[in-house]
Amino acid sequence: MYVAVKGGERAIENAHRLLAEQRRGDPAVPELTLAQIENQLGLAVDRVMAEGSLYDRELAALAVRQAQGDLVEAVFLLRAFRTTLPRLAASRPVDTAAMRLRRRISAVFKDLPGGQVLGPTYDYTHRLLDFSLAQPTRADTPGPRRGAETAEPGTAAGHSPKVAELLAREGLIEPEVADDDAPVGDLTRDPLCFPAGRDLRLQALARGDEGFLLGLAYSTQRGYGKTHPFAGEIRMGAVAVEIVPEELGFAITVGEITLTECEMINQFKGSATEPAQFTRGYGLCFGQGERKAMAMALVDRALKGAALGEDSGGAPAADQEFVLMHADNVEAQGFVQHLKLPHHVDFQAELGLVRSLRAAASAGTEAEAEP
Amino acid sequence: MPACPIAPTDAPPTDAAPVAPQPGLARPVLDSQRVFRAVLRAMSRPGVPVALPVLPPAPLPLTPATVALCLTLADFETPLWLDRAATTPAALAHLRFHCGCPIVTDPAAALFAVIGDGSTVPPLNAFAPGEPDYPDRSATLVVQVAGFGTGPRRMLHGPGIETSQALAVSGLSDGFWAAWRDNTARYPLGVDVVLASPDALVGLPRTVQIH
Amino acid sequence: MTAAAPQPGLAGYNFAYLDEQTKRMIRRAILKAVAIPGYQVPFASREMPLSYGWGTGGVQLTAALIGPDDVLKVIDQGADDTTNAVSIRKFFATTTGVATTTRTAAATLIQTRHRIPETPLADGQIMVFQVPIPEPLRWLERREVESRRMHALEDYGVMYVKLYEDIVRHGKIATAYDYPVMVNQRYVMAPSPIPKFDNPKLDRSPALMLFGAGREKRIYALPPYTAVKSLDFEDHPFEVQSWSQACALCGATDSYLDEIITDDRGGRMFVCSDTDHCRQRTTAEGNSR
Repeated sequence: MYVAVKGGERAIENAHRLLAEQRRGDPAVPELTLAQIENQLGLAVDRVMAEGSLYDRELAALAVRQAQGDLVEAVFLLRAFRTTLPRLAASRPVDTAAMRLRRRISAVFKDLPGGQVLGPTYDYTHRLLDFSLAQPTRADTPGPRRGAETAEPGTAAGHSPKVAELLAREGLIEPEVADDDAPVGDLTRDPLCFPAGRDLRLQALARGDEGFLLGLAYSTQRGYGKTHPFAGEIRMGAVAVEIVPEELGFAITVGEITLTECEMINQFKGSATEPAQFTRGYGLCFGQGERKAMAMALVDRALKGAALGEDSGGAPAADQEFVLMHADNVEAQGFVQHLKLPHHVDFQAELGLVRSLRAAASAGTEAEAEP
Repeated sequence: MPACPIAPTDAPPTDAAPVAPQPGLARPVLDSQRVFRAVLRAMSRPGVPVALPVLPPAPLPLTPATVALCLTLADFETPLWLDRAATTPAALAHLRFHCGCPIVTDPAAALFAVIGDGSTVPPLNAFAPGEPDYPDRSATLVVQVAGFGTGPRRMLHGPGIETSQALAVSGLSDGFWAAWRDNTARYPLGVDVVLASPDALVGLPRTVQIH
Repeated sequence: MTAAAPQPGLAGYNFAYLDEQTKRMIRRAILKAVAIPGYQVPFASREMPLSYGWGTGGVQLTAALIGPDDVLKVIDQGADDTTNAVSIRKFFATTTGVATTTRTAAATLIQTRHRIPETPLADGQIMVFQVPIPEPLRWLERREVESRRMHALEDYGVMYVKLYEDIVRHGKIATAYDYPVMVNQRYVMAPSPIPKFDNPKLDRSPALMLFGAGREKRIYALPPYTAVKSLDFEDHPFEVQSWSQACALCGATDSYLDEIITDDRGGRMFVCSDTDHCRQRTTAEGNSR
């Protein structure tokens, strides 16, 4: 006699227990501490903060550990926590021109005020597995403290103006005048409606999956949309976060966060309504995330094409709905993986349909074969 | 419908003595859930009076039902408009304190409106009816009436009603129903109305047809 | 302000997990959805502690609706004991402490994925459907800007063309689930991926039907007694699935059946998808909750 599958609850409990065991791994190997993850897997922590849309290194480290290093799962954990937090205030716009720089490069000028600051980058490393890292480093040779500014020539100048602003003075680049007092949209508080304004587009991109944006950005370079980009400036460092409490009426600093910012400068030959000038693509993310910021800037520029009267030829990166509706990895992972859930009711409906269509088709064939 | 000028309401007397608001819902989380279910029931079964399970203190001329509804649904995201009858310093202070909702003078900018006196309902087309692509971006009006069960009977039809539903309201202007016909003629645009007696609600979603 | 009264639920979280501001936002969307039957109301769907695509829309609706007086039933594929139904039921049992049941007739609130119970629903009950793709026009027009316009203009020609092409090609409408319906003679609506077998249960149901799509951020509704018509043509009227077998467990001939593969030699049997319905029929007295 057939008995329907039972015991879903116990199966789930067992799955959770097995997961906990697997997460811990071999008990003979010491457990990772959050401080170790925060420090030694810092770029993973940064990515989880950026896509998790919450700046908290310790919680991001916890998420990385809880997710066994699965960064999309860690992003999800952080997002689900973020959604329960009250909104205390909206910050003033951060001033990235006043950033305490750890890295700042421009590909469009050989030298410029403030100088080129290489900072901590993999760019010029030779990607050779370093077998010396396989052994613990000696305790008496501490590495540079994370977060400390790199003492490189040129950083002491203090003021490093934005490259785009240098061009703007000549009127060579599209003006971008921010209204710091205008309300900014928030797609986590209001449903995204199309066409979406630039504030919401940038928010969606900043939270978006790095891999997805990277692929889209790459596609613009290979002819799916033409944006002719130059890396105007990439900077990474610490900025102050300020809020204006209602009862005080003036700004106070509530903390400091590390950001990576990229401003792309793109060719624009002009259109019927706009003169020839350079245009901008903007990328910004929490922590150290240069690949993400650059990809974001390229996609941001591609999405501006419609407003500039450009014909993207149907390039995916220039298609607002396509980009914004598919960039979020928490949404995407959920819907792709929901196919694991039982679908036997619908499958049964499809089975019945396919069987009836085949029966009808074969009956039709037999009827035709008859004289 | 009798002419009823849209009065600017965002001008509480500045020299009035500060009004201490009365308490809100005794158990905000559980009470607002129960009130919501009553409102949902009212909007799902148009024309059927639904008793409110919770009646919070209400500064005149607001009634407990109106206050329960505002405390349950309004907040800093929902601009609220009050008619002249409902605009008293105590009512303004109460709604500002408990809901934190912006009080607007332009009825077209309101998501919620409180009509303190059902015998002079302002023109329904003064309020946001939504947009063809987004008919949900429309106002919900809370109209205070004296009670249900007495007054001229009207037959209601539409979603939420099995065959037809009789409704009698006292303290509601006759002109309201003519305006309501115009409102339903714009479907799917239109405003939605909740008639509020001191302790019960009747929902009139824009789908309700009157015969 | 009054002192906080003790509140059922999970320590550290609000009753039913969601914060009150979020509940208000969802409640407002629900009321507009009820006022415009079949129209998809955008809402600011929150990130939930379960994955998008796994019922976040339904869970947010239930969280905004549920109260201590409710009795909750959760089903997936018609069954109370499938893993995701168990998981969601446990989520609400933990975060609200409300009573749960497997009996359709005993529930005030039923969250479902892919089925409507066989037991007729009653006035006062609320059904909450989990919806993956709320837009019935998505497969014909993938752009939200365009499909929204089509709803605004009541421009459903493409939908009828698609159904008609099915008939030309296959001799019948080749849609077996998530079969589109016309609501209150105005909006074409996706009934969620219920088999079309369940579509007639939507028409003029005494229960309130609410649909939540978390990832797609839409809520829509069917008030009680709303006319819901499955799209069809005069010469090709809508029809539902039927089986030549009866349920192998309870003998029902009028319920939706799951096909069970019993061996690798073609053996199979058919049993009710609605486990409660089947159990009520096999146990003389039914079971108490």
